[in-house]
Amino acid sequence: MNRENSGYTILYASIMVIIVAIGLAFTHQTLIDRQTTNVNIDKMQQILRSLRVDVPANQAEAKYAELIKNAYLINADGTKVEGTEGLKATDPAFATDIAKDAGKGLPVFEAEADGKKMYVIPMTGKGLWGPIWGYMSIESDGSTVYGTDFSHAGETPGLGAEIATPHFRKEFEGKTLLKDGQFVSIAVVKPGQSVANRDYVDGISGGTITSKGVNAMLLESVGKYKDFLMKLNSGQ
Amino acid sequence: MALSSKTKAVLWGPLNKNNPIIIQVLGICSALAVTSKLEPAIVMAIAVTIVAALGNVLISALRKTIPTRIRIIVQLVVVAALVTIVSEVLKAFMYDVNKQLSVFVGLIITNCILMGRLEAFALGNGPWPSFLDGIGNGLGYGWILVVVGFVRELLGSGSLLGYKVIPQAFYNAGYENNGLMMLAPMALLLVACIIWVHRALNKDLQEETN
Repeated sequence: MNRENSGYTILYASIMVIIVAIGLAFTHQTLIDRQTTNVNIDKMQQILRSLRVDVPANQAEAKYAELIKNAYLINADGTKVEGTEGLKATDPAFATDIAKDAGKGLPVFEAEADGKKMYVIPMTGKGLWGPIWGYMSIESDGSTVYGTDFSHAGETPGLGAEIATPHFRKEFEGKTLLKDGQFVSIAVVKPGQSVANRDYVDGISGGTITSKGVNAMLLESVGKYKDFLMKLNSGQ
Repeated sequence: MALSSKTKAVLWGPLNKNNPIIIQVLGICSALAVTSKLEPAIVMAIAVTIVAALGNVLISALRKTIPTRIRIIVQLVVVAALVTIVSEVLKAFMYDVNKQLSVFVGLIITNCILMGRLEAFALGNGPWPSFLDGIGNGLGYGWILVVVGFVRELLGSGSLLGYKVIPQAFYNAGYENNGLMMLAPMALLLVACIIWVHRALNKDLQEETN
């Protein structure tokens, strides 16, 4: 058979593409369940870390079921969306990706930690190279941060990627999002600097853009919950 | 299994005198990107070795049927398919490591070592030597990555595989992690240092100077 023949070349390319497509589709279908489970467990671990609970992947589901008491979506004005309560991974609160599903509602996870009621909310923003996201647990006054967790898709290791370390996460504990009943967020500043009239934490040296990304995320993404938080704060 | 001297050269050559990174200076891009910590460097080395070996075998087995005009495309499709499978398997079974490597798994496709070996070796040799060539080049690439990752994590973060190895007493005495080590240019300088030492030990590799 003449390998330089155009007909042969086209046939070869077509068959190759079909075989590769079938092979990849098969691989994906075989592994998708396991991958989804991994993604869900990873998300549970993140939520738990924001509640200052760090567990290995194989205990995450049990611990999550133990600590998370309720989950639902809220509207921008802070009212609960009816019929969205549910704790399963397929229920709206867990399945909603706030980075993609804007407008469907904002997920809130009610949890119990330290014997107190906590509200865990997701956040999403932009780092230097790609998306950053995280979870923040807030005490029932709607203002005091109990814990946070940050993740990133591909920030520079050793620089921007440091936002995911406990050292950075712990800086937020005990800081307040509200001042005099108004949402002011928490500022991320260059180490050594300070801001007036609101709480602040030190950013990452050498990770300036990522730190600014976290700052913007705290202002905008957490800001979407401000009516909800101010309602909690005023005791309604 | 006994290996003939030719197959031995195919397997061990890339580890030393025919190393893809320090002699051929290929695959530098990923050597910069994934070596700021040791663990991703090791996983990357394993992943590249697997893809290089399997890719070489597949292309070598198909070499008599591949139309010359689209051979680069065929090579690219084979490498891309293998990398996608590696990435899917990592996501399913080693989720944490996959998160660390993030985009770099996908970027194995663009690693010039793979295409270089397919084009230069697998198209002209049988599957078994090609397999050894893939393993050899993967490991040759890998050990440089591991050495660079080792130095960068040790001096840049004071840890190895995530464990602190530099005692706190050093920091109390004024020692500081070298932030420069975390930046990509430092990987290039370290590779240059390895090349320097390697050439100094192997006089036959040194180019004539005027």
